[in-house]
Amino acid sequence: MRHSLERIGAVLQRYVYLMRSSWPRLVELAFWPTLEMIMWGFTSVYLVQHVNNFAYGVSLFIAGALLWDLLIRSQLGVSVGFLEELWSRNLGHLFISPLRPHEWMAALIISSIMRATISVLPAMLLAIVFYHYNIFTLGLPLIGFIICLMWMGWWFGFLVISVIMRFGQGAEVLAWMIVYAIAPMSAVFYPISTLPAWLQVIAFILPSSHIFEGMRAIIIHGTFDAAQMWWAVGLNVIYMIIGVIVLWFSIQNARNRGALLVVGE
Amino acid sequence: MDAIEIRNFSKRYRAVTAVEDLSFSIPQGQLVGLLGPNGAGKTTTMGALLGVLLPTSGTVRVLGVDMVHDRFRALPFMNFSSPYVELPYRLTVAQNLQIYGGLYNIPNLRARIDEIAHELRFTHLLNRKAGKLSAGQKTRVALAKAMLNKPKVLLLDEPTASLDPDSADQMRTFIANYRAQTGATILLASHNMAEVEQLCDHVLMMKGGRLVDQGTPMELVARYGEENLEKVFLSIAREDQGEDQDAA
Repeated sequence: MRHSLERIGAVLQRYVYLMRSSWPRLVELAFWPTLEMIMWGFTSVYLVQHVNNFAYGVSLFIAGALLWDLLIRSQLGVSVGFLEELWSRNLGHLFISPLRPHEWMAALIISSIMRATISVLPAMLLAIVFYHYNIFTLGLPLIGFIICLMWMGWWFGFLVISVIMRFGQGAEVLAWMIVYAIAPMSAVFYPISTLPAWLQVIAFILPSSHIFEGMRAIIIHGTFDAAQMWWAVGLNVIYMIIGVIVLWFSIQNARNRGALLVVGE
Repeated sequence: MDAIEIRNFSKRYRAVTAVEDLSFSIPQGQLVGLLGPNGAGKTTTMGALLGVLLPTSGTVRVLGVDMVHDRFRALPFMNFSSPYVELPYRLTVAQNLQIYGGLYNIPNLRARIDEIAHELRFTHLLNRKAGKLSAGQKTRVALAKAMLNKPKVLLLDEPTASLDPDSADQMRTFIANYRAQTGATILLASHNMAEVEQLCDHVLMMKGGRLVDQGTPMELVARYGEENLEKVFLSIAREDQGEDQDAA
């Protein structure tokens, strides 16, 4: 019995060491319950305020969910593309090849488009079958929404890669969770006005919140708010530049630390 | 022009000095062994030669190209193989080689893959997933990947690790033939002293991040008055241990 407890203790010790050595793993423990509480809280507030006038509820929620997933898949497309190299210990081969950083980034973006299309398009079609909701009725602006959300996923992915390059494989949980951290401020299922004033400031500097506001304008009022689209494009340009620069510096930093041949936990 | 030229190369990680004031050059066409005990600085040196590790000070040039600022001019003509850097294991051997062939813009890639698979005797493994290969098979495929672009400068880290004596001998013959046919410059890090003695024109002995000696295998054996290179290696590696024991 005593030996058995010792062995259980040894395995537990391994997990404790792992968590202590990786702050993203610790953050992740508290992240999901907190996120869900915030998201569902604001969604409930919005529903209570509009419970008697909610003819567009299905459209708002399904369109929101589909477009939100597009952002997630786009970001994961970039981050997981990088993680695949890390998991197979192949990163060194890439960086000693003539592949230049901008070519690598372009390949990650194209891979992200492929992954996002494969994952979200079937859901968009199934929404027609199950709920008679056709997201393509959003018309031409939908193309703009899709491009802007995928674009956001790309620079977000670059930032995630930069963090993993800096902190090692222990930070890979960030790839799965970090984009959800902006979900409450992205106003996916409720308008920005539902948020407290200080969160509205954060929402304003996120391209995603402008996209979802634009989506609601079409669904509820039947109008395309070009200003929201331009805000999303402008912010994406700024963040993309920052994302590329940060990733470039991360590669240089990894070269300085000698981490490109051996990136691990 | 030397194929490889390192001048006053040092690499420090905060308080740890991985390599200190290392200088050597390798003329084109030479096959040079980079030897030293674990932690001697061999991998750091190879990383710097590949441009994936920035020196704290000093210069690193390959084929006349500064590997700190201009590495993409030299990388198409170089390659590297190490058992510690793997190929994506869910892809087949052929798929892996196609990807790397693409990265190096190799013409007639399919034919080149068939050729290298034939030369390294793993044609039957081309459709097998890399993750299903034995350690020895992985080593052979990794060498094939490193040979795909017919590099002018080839860096090999433990090229015969995990191979049985027969396969290891085939591999050594292949490396020697490749050098003879192409005039490639090869830097080989190995702990197999018999292999180094058999293959290398020149040997660089590192220890504690410094170059402690160099010469042809025969010169080193004669200088240290030992029977073979392995004894020379042990003599150098244990030098400080002896001093420590004396001091104690």
